[in-house]
Amino acid sequence: MNKLLMTVAAVALMGVAGTAQAQDKLKIGIVTTLSGPAAVLGQQLRNGFELAVKDNGGKLGGRDVELIVQDDELKPDVAVSKAKALVDRDKVDFVVGPIFSNILVAIMKPVTESGAFLISPNAGTSNFAGKDCNPNFFVTSYQNNQVHEVMGKFATDSGIKKAFIMAPNYPAGKDSLAGFKTYYKGAIADEVYVPLGQLDYSAELSRISASGADAVFVFLPGGMGVNFVKQFRQAGLADKVKFLSAFTVDESTLPAQKDAALGFMAGANWAPDLDTPQNKKFVAGYEKAYDGKVPASYAFQAYDAALLIDGALKATGGKTTDKAALRAAMAKAPFTSLRGKFKFNTNHYPIQDFYQVKVVKRDDGKFATSIVKKVFTDYTDPFAKDCKMK
Amino acid sequence: MEPRRTAASRAMSFTLFIVQILNGLQFGVLLFLIAAGLTLVFGVMDFINLAHGVQYMLGAYLAVMFYTLTGSFVAALLLALVAALAFGLLLEFTVFRHLYDRDHLEQVIATFGIILFLNQGVKVVWGAAPLSLPIPDSLSGVVVLMPGLIYPIWRLVIIGAGLAVGLLLYILVSRTRVGMLVRAGATHAPIVSALGVDIRRLFMIVFGFGTMLAAFAGVMIAPILSVEPGMGDSVLILAFVVIVIGGIGSMRGAFIAALLVGLVDTLGRSFMIDILRLAMAPSPARTVGPALASMLIYVLMALVLYFRPAGLFPARGR
Repeated sequence: MNKLLMTVAAVALMGVAGTAQAQDKLKIGIVTTLSGPAAVLGQQLRNGFELAVKDNGGKLGGRDVELIVQDDELKPDVAVSKAKALVDRDKVDFVVGPIFSNILVAIMKPVTESGAFLISPNAGTSNFAGKDCNPNFFVTSYQNNQVHEVMGKFATDSGIKKAFIMAPNYPAGKDSLAGFKTYYKGAIADEVYVPLGQLDYSAELSRISASGADAVFVFLPGGMGVNFVKQFRQAGLADKVKFLSAFTVDESTLPAQKDAALGFMAGANWAPDLDTPQNKKFVAGYEKAYDGKVPASYAFQAYDAALLIDGALKATGGKTTDKAALRAAMAKAPFTSLRGKFKFNTNHYPIQDFYQVKVVKRDDGKFATSIVKKVFTDYTDPFAKDCKMK
Repeated sequence: MEPRRTAASRAMSFTLFIVQILNGLQFGVLLFLIAAGLTLVFGVMDFINLAHGVQYMLGAYLAVMFYTLTGSFVAALLLALVAALAFGLLLEFTVFRHLYDRDHLEQVIATFGIILFLNQGVKVVWGAAPLSLPIPDSLSGVVVLMPGLIYPIWRLVIIGAGLAVGLLLYILVSRTRVGMLVRAGATHAPIVSALGVDIRRLFMIVFGFGTMLAAFAGVMIAPILSVEPGMGDSVLILAFVVIVIGGIGSMRGAFIAALLVGLVDTLGRSFMIDILRLAMAPSPARTVGPALASMLIYVLMALVLYFRPAGLFPARGR
């Protein structure tokens, strides 16, 4: 149903864009999560990409775009069959997605082996950055660990002595806390793993209070973070314990967290108030197009993915047939990223700056993250050295 | 990592223990509010209503909507209860009524369909993004129960409200005429019907009341949890665990079992790692602990079913 709607919307978009070109339409598939509690993240991804196409007059690289949006339902098996349909039946040249790392691992092979390019606007696992790196795979976000490392570095720099760290009990949760500890030099009050999807944190909050920690670091994405942030504030801990996080307070969760998250900190490669002209235009355009919702990193990274396709196709004269030429063009990152400075490393993961951000209430009453200061400059992930690509 | 056992740290673990007991109670009374309706409907009508969890979700969503309209928590609570009751009765009238005489499998399939339908429905109406309901200002702070022991007032309010509802239900079921009919209907429905009681109407009252209790739980927890599609699904499973442990159809059983499940789950999550550390190295304890803690209530259910196959307080005559 969603797919049908999207196709109709995409076709309608084409109509606006003008007359048919001699050249075939450029087919791009999107694999994102549009059902379940995480749907709000997936919608940001889709909206960001669609906005980029719209801002380009319905074209990328001079060619009319046909978007085919698929809902992965956050189920790897569903994602695989839909990704296969995109490359085998619809013969798309690019697949953009997904949000979640476990989906990325599942669709990597079917997409790249078909000869199509896979561009991830969010998930960036360590294996694909290192020994399993892939010539047809590009990442416009980050390597997953980096965001947690930013907070570890920040904690050390700001003199945190005792941190209580917590994440869900699954692989990405373990990576998160390991990433935090890479740069964090203080003591660990306790390291806690909660079941994925836990909603009530009363037991953990009491432990935090009793532990005497001067900071918490949490990785609690989506609804988990919404609940934890509210309960953390309600338990009266916000004034005593510094709140550091990754993927826990961002523009996708803030509409529900509101004042409870004010002043809470996170690590990021971008924030809506990042001061570049192209980013200002993007944020304003996004809020206008999608009922005043503030874009989160998912939308910005999807927008950049569209710019990447646009720039690379301009370099090849709109042709996708010569894969080697297209790949070489993409590796040069021939576009102006919304975040400003942007380069691909040899493993096709970004080299970029990272920031400490803080939740603020904007003058118009909406909540957003805001850049406080730069933590890493031209930061590369440590896995690139294991990648054989040059 | 091993903490030294000083007097101060002992006092600290004691307050932590008290706080966790309160947390367990709060979780328990919430489960009771949901399980009470479920066990009534299941016990009296022999009807498996998987859609009970979405009524909890709906209560939360309606409260958020009415709060946006009125700006008052009390008004939002009352309006949400009325609206949830109306919607529950609408569902009863259009769907459930036709399922009472069918077998359990068909009831499960039909009510599961309603879960899918309503989870998608709230997304269409209110969007996929989580929503929130603020705590009333006067109740939003923390209270110092004793030195070093602070606790959010709202969680105490939930405990109080849950216990009050429990008392009210006890009086209703054991002291009133409707309560007597409900008890009789649970065990001897055909006879009650033969005595001239409109059993359909009785069912409707029971059903509507159960719906309201679930919605009440949803409204009360909405300031603590995010209001999002599918929020009722995980609670529903726990509510079934509660009524199975307590004995199907037994209000007293649901009450005791809900508190038991709440306490076991919360204390398990809090202290399992510490207990395991006595026998294991800290690192494996940290990995095994959470897994074991989340299994505890199911272990409890298995044990109860082994020793008391009909639950702790089986309704008489069943």
